[in-house]
Amino acid sequence: MSVPEGSFPLPAAATAVTAPQKRFRVDGWVLFALLLAALVLVPVVVSLSSFARIDGSILSHLSEFVLPELLVNTFWLLLGVGFGVTLLGVSLAWLVAMCEFPGRRLFDWALLLPLALPAYVTAFVAIDLLDFSGPLLSWLREGWGITGLPEVRSRGGVVMVLSLALYPYVYLISKNAFATQGAMALEAAQSLGLSRTQGFVRVALPMARPWIVAGLMLALMETLADFGTMAIFNIDTFTTAIYKAWYSLFSLPAAAQLASVLILFVLVVVVLEQRSRAQMRYAAVGRSGVSRRIVLSPVMAALACLYSGLVLLLAFGVPVAQLVVWTLDVAVQDLDARYWSFAWHSLILSGLGALLVVVFSVLLAYAGRQRPSALMRWTQRLATLGYAFPGAVLAVGLFIPVAALDNALIDLARDWFGFQGTEIFKGSLLVMLLAYLVRFLAVGFGPMDSGLQRITRNVDEAARSLGTRTSRLLARVHLPMLRASLSTAAALAFVDIMKEMPITLMTRPFGWDTLAVRVYEMTSEGQWERAALPSLAIVLVGLVPILFLTWRADKLRC
Amino acid sequence: MTFPPLMAALVLAATALSASAEDVVVYSARAEQLIKPLFDAYTRDTGVQIKFITGAEGPLMERLKAEGQNTPADMLLTVDAGNLWQASHQGLLRPVQSKALQDNVPAHLRDPGNEWFGLSVRARTIVYNTTMVKPSELSTYEDLADPKWKGRLCLRTAKKVYNQSLVAMMITEHGEPKTEAIVKGWVNNLATAPFADDTKAMEAVANRQCAATVVNTYYYGRLMATQPKYPLAIFWPNQNLTSKEAGVHVNVSGAGVTRHAKNPAGAQKLIEWLSSDRAQNLFADNNLEYPVNPKVKPADTVAAWGSFQPNLINVKEAGSLQAQAVKLMDRVGYK
Repeated sequence: MSVPEGSFPLPAAATAVTAPQKRFRVDGWVLFALLLAALVLVPVVVSLSSFARIDGSILSHLSEFVLPELLVNTFWLLLGVGFGVTLLGVSLAWLVAMCEFPGRRLFDWALLLPLALPAYVTAFVAIDLLDFSGPLLSWLREGWGITGLPEVRSRGGVVMVLSLALYPYVYLISKNAFATQGAMALEAAQSLGLSRTQGFVRVALPMARPWIVAGLMLALMETLADFGTMAIFNIDTFTTAIYKAWYSLFSLPAAAQLASVLILFVLVVVVLEQRSRAQMRYAAVGRSGVSRRIVLSPVMAALACLYSGLVLLLAFGVPVAQLVVWTLDVAVQDLDARYWSFAWHSLILSGLGALLVVVFSVLLAYAGRQRPSALMRWTQRLATLGYAFPGAVLAVGLFIPVAALDNALIDLARDWFGFQGTEIFKGSLLVMLLAYLVRFLAVGFGPMDSGLQRITRNVDEAARSLGTRTSRLLARVHLPMLRASLSTAAALAFVDIMKEMPITLMTRPFGWDTLAVRVYEMTSEGQWERAALPSLAIVLVGLVPILFLTWRADKLRC
Repeated sequence: MTFPPLMAALVLAATALSASAEDVVVYSARAEQLIKPLFDAYTRDTGVQIKFITGAEGPLMERLKAEGQNTPADMLLTVDAGNLWQASHQGLLRPVQSKALQDNVPAHLRDPGNEWFGLSVRARTIVYNTTMVKPSELSTYEDLADPKWKGRLCLRTAKKVYNQSLVAMMITEHGEPKTEAIVKGWVNNLATAPFADDTKAMEAVANRQCAATVVNTYYYGRLMATQPKYPLAIFWPNQNLTSKEAGVHVNVSGAGVTRHAKNPAGAQKLIEWLSSDRAQNLFADNNLEYPVNPKVKPADTVAAWGSFQPNLINVKEAGSLQAQAVKLMDRVGYK
């Protein structure tokens, strides 16, 4: 019944049960996925078309003086952040999902809070507190004569900040995995004579792999595409070189060419990872009931509480406390009634964007389940690459074709109806939302795809044998089983869109300033303390989906 | 209406608010908090509405380019002559013949082809720790490359256009090989890796991580307003007017009328107004910059830093030599 991923299309008989009508549906799913991938590929294609004009002098300059170091940097950052987010995310998810310790119910949702905090904000706070001039080192130096401590403005500093900022991706997605299979798997393992640790390492962890990897890939793609954090640390990565080619050497083609290389790299990694687990299946054996949690010994429980608390303090408590202190200084001057509209714009854009991302993620993941084939797998991979694209390059890659379309339409409209305007699609929310979809489809698709894998195909077949149609199967059977994945996808997309800058800056209609745009205005002038107010507002508005997620989870539990 | 109504509503939501013929539409790389007070004042004075959108220079210019003839923008406002030169070089601006602008903006702070005009002056100068350095030890930017500054210099990152413009102007004065040697000297003298912004570099100087740095004066003004006890002072370098190295490096924020402006006359009036006595104080003082119009005095805080002789080479050189400067800094390992 189940087909190894990466194999060729099934014979029609295997899926299409009857009539030619079914065949038409086959085309519908595939066509949908292809169209979605095509949309995402627009900026990639625009980038590739830049290969018509290769600026040899810039590329040879970059490869001689810039690339060697930044490749090493990028490698270490990916390794470090990958290790950091996996360690933090998986350990915390396991503790919260499987164990009982004081404060667990609080940590369950509180550990998601760093999601609402943009990484570049955490980065700035970290440098402000930990650099030579910051309070900690000043105190150590002047009070105790301690010097020669490692510099925070280094690769290690970036790894620390990004691990703390991005672990919630891994935490959130793998918590769902442990919560739905962990206890049963562990019981099974123990009944076979494995110790609890062995059970974790040999059964629960491998079974959760698609989830862990889904979170890890999001964190790594975000690391690769990151510009803000790297700029604050002044660390050169592949993405900073892309911006250098564009902003400093004024060659958008060279920037686009480098971006294509980046995307190709991500694609290769995705394919290799999927190949390596192509033969495995991850369907849950049955529906797990309310699991019995592992009761930790008092010492272990205290350690678990301390560890979770420490991560939460460093990743969220300290940065937010610093933001509050700064905000108190500037609020009188900067806080005005316009903040309601900034917050409203952030809320509505993130809400609509997240909705769009979730709907398309469900359909794309579902298309893969309905029509598993190599073509579909490739289509899915391509459709989720937007997340690894440096934001501003993606924004301009989308804007150029939209503007070209507009120009053609405006000419027609002028000839036919004497149209006087300068904008049809560009400068509308539609373009903005499509751009968000392109960028953040991966954020929704990751949780949805791994969630769908958990639903055994027996369910589908049972439903089909009762004559259920595909749309009803999705609505009545699958979606209710996917509630956790749906809310995960929605929350991730929501907070990511809210923190997003380059697309918002480039495509927003006049007057549509958001909280992230405010942060940009202040930071572009180096006024980080004044950026604290909009940053804090982002955190507050970002709490909405996180609290919603918690509320949903609580409701499901009862 | 021939479109399906819902589609039309979504798509035309923005167009419904479209500019009337009188309005001026501005793309601005200068931050909102620095320009909105001026635009509000202009609207109060003249009744003309200004619609604007802010963003980073690179994307705004790409946007103008992609929109071509159908851009809504009448005016591009940006910081750094390097960016203005690029906009002009890429054919995004149009020449403006204006007596008022010729009078109000000194020749070295505007485009010789009249496509853009400086509106405020930003001086990039030396700031030092008064407990570690005697002013007599300081002389020129070039001197900071001398081994006597070994381990005592802090710099902002070479990725910032201000430093690229500074190095570009040095190339016009000294040629590339000598400039490369100077910048290499700076890098050798660094006490720590370059900072992401001017403020952080000055904090390092104040905390004795290093003794001196090179910053734009308005960052100094802002920092001293919050940290008045910092032992920091401004030094005006390159004031030996007989030498070839004459003058403090200055740059501008400025504006031009877009090539495909729908309301070029309105945009020109706005730029003229921005260069006028009435607006210049607002424009410059809001950010502790220097007025570009020589008839207008800087703010008291700014005037208290003393007067200086600026470098009079046309700031457009910062643009034409920017790529060369960036590559030079890459070669010597200035991050």
